[in-house]
Amino acid sequence: MTSETGFDPRLLERFPTAEARPDSEVDDLNRIWAAPRGWRMVTIVNNNYVGIWYVAAAFLFFLLAGVLALAIRTQLALPLLGVLPQETYNQFFTMHGTLMMFLFAVPIMEAIGVLLLPQMLAARDLPFPRLSAYAFWAYFIGGLCFFASIFVGLAPNGGWFMYPPLTSMTYSPGINADFWLLGIGFIEISAIAGAIEILVGILKTRAPGMTLARMPLFAWAMLVFAGMILIAFPAVILGTLLLELERALNWPFFDSTRGGDPLLWQHLFWFFGHPEVYIIFLPAAGLVSMMVSSLAKTELVGYQLIVLAFLATGFISFGVWAHHMFTTGMPMLSVGFFSAASMAVSIPAGIQVFSWIATLAIGKPVFNTPTLFVIGGLVTFVIGGLTGVMVAMVPFDWQVHDTHFIVAHLHYVLIGGAVFPVFAAFYYWFGMTSRRALSERLGKWIFWLMFAGMHLTFLPMHLTGLMGMPRRVYTYLPGMDWEWTNLLSTAGAFTLAAGVALFLFDIARRFRFTVEDDAGNVYGGGTLEWLPTGLYSSRSIPVVRSRSPLWDNPALSGEVEQGRHFLPNSATGLRETLITSPIRAEPQYLQIMMGPSVWPLLGAVFTAGFFLLLTVQAYTPAIICLPLAILAILRWLWDTDRPVQQAQVDVGAGVMLPTYVTGPSSHGWWAIVCVLVVAFMIFLMAVFGYLFVYGIHPEYWVSPGGQWWALPIVASWAASAVLVLYGWRLLGRDGSSTWSPTAAILFACGFAVTAIAADWFSWRAQGLDPELTAQGAFSHALLALQAQLVAVVVLMGGYLAARTARGLVTRPSNTTFDVVSLFLLYTAAQGSAMALLLRFFPGIG
Amino acid sequence: MFSGWPPPILDPAGPYASAISTLSWILFAMAALVLAVVLAALYVALFGRLELQRKLGGKRVIWFGGIAFPLVVLTGLLIYGLSLTRHLTDPITGDELRVRITGEMWWWRVAYLDNEGREVVHDANELHIPAGRPIVLELQSADVIHSFWVPRLSGKLDMVPGRRNLMRIQADRPGVFGGQCAEYCGGPHALMGFTVIAHEPGAFQRLMQSRLNRRRAPAPPAAVAGAQLFEAAGCAACHRIAGTRANGLAGPDLTHVGSRRTLGAGILPNNRGTMMGWIGNSQAIKPNNRMPPYTLLSSDQLTALATYLEAQK
Repeated sequence: MTSETGFDPRLLERFPTAEARPDSEVDDLNRIWAAPRGWRMVTIVNNNYVGIWYVAAAFLFFLLAGVLALAIRTQLALPLLGVLPQETYNQFFTMHGTLMMFLFAVPIMEAIGVLLLPQMLAARDLPFPRLSAYAFWAYFIGGLCFFASIFVGLAPNGGWFMYPPLTSMTYSPGINADFWLLGIGFIEISAIAGAIEILVGILKTRAPGMTLARMPLFAWAMLVFAGMILIAFPAVILGTLLLELERALNWPFFDSTRGGDPLLWQHLFWFFGHPEVYIIFLPAAGLVSMMVSSLAKTELVGYQLIVLAFLATGFISFGVWAHHMFTTGMPMLSVGFFSAASMAVSIPAGIQVFSWIATLAIGKPVFNTPTLFVIGGLVTFVIGGLTGVMVAMVPFDWQVHDTHFIVAHLHYVLIGGAVFPVFAAFYYWFGMTSRRALSERLGKWIFWLMFAGMHLTFLPMHLTGLMGMPRRVYTYLPGMDWEWTNLLSTAGAFTLAAGVALFLFDIARRFRFTVEDDAGNVYGGGTLEWLPTGLYSSRSIPVVRSRSPLWDNPALSGEVEQGRHFLPNSATGLRETLITSPIRAEPQYLQIMMGPSVWPLLGAVFTAGFFLLLTVQAYTPAIICLPLAILAILRWLWDTDRPVQQAQVDVGAGVMLPTYVTGPSSHGWWAIVCVLVVAFMIFLMAVFGYLFVYGIHPEYWVSPGGQWWALPIVASWAASAVLVLYGWRLLGRDGSSTWSPTAAILFACGFAVTAIAADWFSWRAQGLDPELTAQGAFSHALLALQAQLVAVVVLMGGYLAARTARGLVTRPSNTTFDVVSLFLLYTAAQGSAMALLLRFFPGIG
Repeated sequence: MFSGWPPPILDPAGPYASAISTLSWILFAMAALVLAVVLAALYVALFGRLELQRKLGGKRVIWFGGIAFPLVVLTGLLIYGLSLTRHLTDPITGDELRVRITGEMWWWRVAYLDNEGREVVHDANELHIPAGRPIVLELQSADVIHSFWVPRLSGKLDMVPGRRNLMRIQADRPGVFGGQCAEYCGGPHALMGFTVIAHEPGAFQRLMQSRLNRRRAPAPPAAVAGAQLFEAAGCAACHRIAGTRANGLAGPDLTHVGSRRTLGAGILPNNRGTMMGWIGNSQAIKPNNRMPPYTLLSSDQLTALATYLEAQK
């Protein structure tokens, strides 16, 4: 057997060890991983707690959005009702869509990931526990404040996809739209933070021997999910940034009278928005794949095909965005491409559906509540998928686009593809976090109410659409024959709600949070999350030899509990987990993990404060919040990247691993690379926008002049990059003080500032006005993006200097130093690319 | 059958809509077939006989059901769908009748074009066409994105600021066809309707000719007071009536308002009572539309205005 990292695979044969380890080690683990109590609970970072808070918060937003849906359905029950006035209705449907997509669907998947993944991978926790806490708090605080806007009539009213120019200053002068742009833009940041955490967690913290081919399918799904978030979300972040700039500073990105184009927003939005649907669906498909296997008590049929299907879905989903734009008058060629891609994406879905059916066929499924939800979800999702194929047919889409047919279609897909699976998962994994399981008897009632309600609501709604009722209408006229289908839909909505209410009742009755004496493996799953656990996850980290280790080795739970696998104790007396290699999961080093801290919470409070105060135009307090947020985050980071005394420790059975590793195998390196991917995608989207508006309205463009400025600017960036490389070399040399490499970095920061300043002055000198044309607006927006990077670079430089002063920078290599260096190199590359693009395209003369 | 059947999308009145209607039925059949296959497989998986379940429980099923079967169905559909799309977007020859329709918040500006592309007859919220020949619509927007949709005649096409989209519609026989704005455009988007009236070609010619020939606004004796009030009350600031001094362009052109079937962009039948109600307080009927309420006008004044306007045929 070959090795990925040089780790000798024969070492794994030492496990399980013959001897049980002393129980005192469990007491140590309990002490080290103990969660603070009382008011200090808010400083908890353990994934068990943060995960359950996260799930609860996402479910809360599901309920709030559901209440809005009931109000909407009440208003539409009959023609010309006055339950919701026009403006209220417009706010309600905007908030319903926004909450469901941004505050429920994506967060619930991240939440389930945070809750389940560490146990599923037998890691002690995800690699950046404080980042999870930050992501949760930012989301929770930001989401609640965002929702509160509805009580004061300031909720956004432009629809969840916020098309300009309706959402531009001219047609939406209130701050309603700003709530959406800043609120959602901010919550996206939290989603990205969560995605980085999950991605690095899955690739680097799996139990030894859990190769990619043995990974639970939920982990596979979450891996693709996290990757898709990193690629898709930057598009909407850039979009919201541009629209907010247009609103606040009158820069015309989407204003066709000044060379902008409203369709640019649609491209950016849907480049995010359609992958978003699969971002929601994939984790649910991962959950279903695992549950189907357990519920049918057999291995899943077609594991590899499902993995391929996940990857194919992720890939194809980036080629379908424009199917939301078939009615905008697109060229025939693009129509053909997007139509074909939209149909192709149903093939991976078909693979999954038939794999689940095949598994049910050879297994012995029992009709308990999760089984019902899984099967109900499958049927519902298939119907939604079929109407999806229908609307991928361009001429049919011309008829039903923006009608209630689409409303029906999307609810079939999302409820069948995500909501029912999540409810199945609630039942299936409930025993992991609660002392008592949920009631099976009530569960069946809940399922049938929800299932019947769902179909009663949305099946007739297809017909409502075919009868010509557009979506997003606050009322309709009598005499259109739309009454009876609407009335049925309203009745269905309340039936569905009754099921959810019953579920809440059962939760209130049965849910008793616990980590140790939980109800356990009620449905007989075979994956690692069903090992006996404490707050530290499983006592020791098992060597994984198959896809369903608990089925294949019934003794495993006992072995793990007796500490006969990896890391039966805390080797360093600190919180720690095993870092393994991304493909074969070979042990690489022991990561020292961060414990409870108030700083992620404070960071989230001040970040939320900054964005929300900006929205309500309280500029002074907003400006005060910004440095406070930065300080809180830096303070939390300050504790990280501290090598411990023991350079090598015994992680069980005499296997020695280092406690500090830098470079490409370290988790910090992976995280910064993810951040840079996000930065690059934002830049790429901005360049796309720049070229796109040029393609639409070239008549507004001028040759910018002053091309010679590119020379000093690119030279400054090059100098900055060279200094970084030099700094790296200096750090690698012997020496006592680490000031010389840090000085190189600081000079590099200086050159970065020089470069951006030169860029800025050159545009001032050329007199390119950001308010006059889209060209000016885009040039300035790209400059602003670059200036943001430089601001971060400067902060990083200061932080590195502070750590150098405290002697925290280690030789011959150091993770903080690597992170700063990589960020600087990327900034220099982007800065050069931008300086050249803006000056030499659209060409001289 | 129950009320509302057949729905407009499946009840085409012209060649463009009927091609899509045929496609719709094919798609429904495809969906029913696939759903039946999946449900049958699911039934066997859960309740079927053991030997059937064994056959179903292998990877081969995934290859057939999940890959080969959809691949064949989808390829067939795609080829058909794309050729249909191409057919429906055949190049415009240039000798069709052209009408420019501009989406406004929350009504439709209509201008009939002559051969040189000049706007010759103005109207709003209503389109007259001759049956049996294709009409080219130039769709544009004055403010935000709207979408033009008359389901029995054609699919929908967006009206995007800064762009001009061309669309063809055709009615095979005379008739009246309703439509509605399909892209959410804020406020009373729900109340932005449209009517297409297809005439016999001769009748259409006569209608257009009479409109082209109109030089002076009709003001029968009963309507003289209304005509004066129309100017005095400020109506003329926003509305135009050809052949008078009323030349406002912000609101709908009222030159032919008396002949329209509806008021308020497709939401009220057009008669004296609704006209008076609309002028007096349109905000109560269509909240947040751009026309201010005229609650200070007496009922006599409203009658006079309505009398004058209904004479504008």
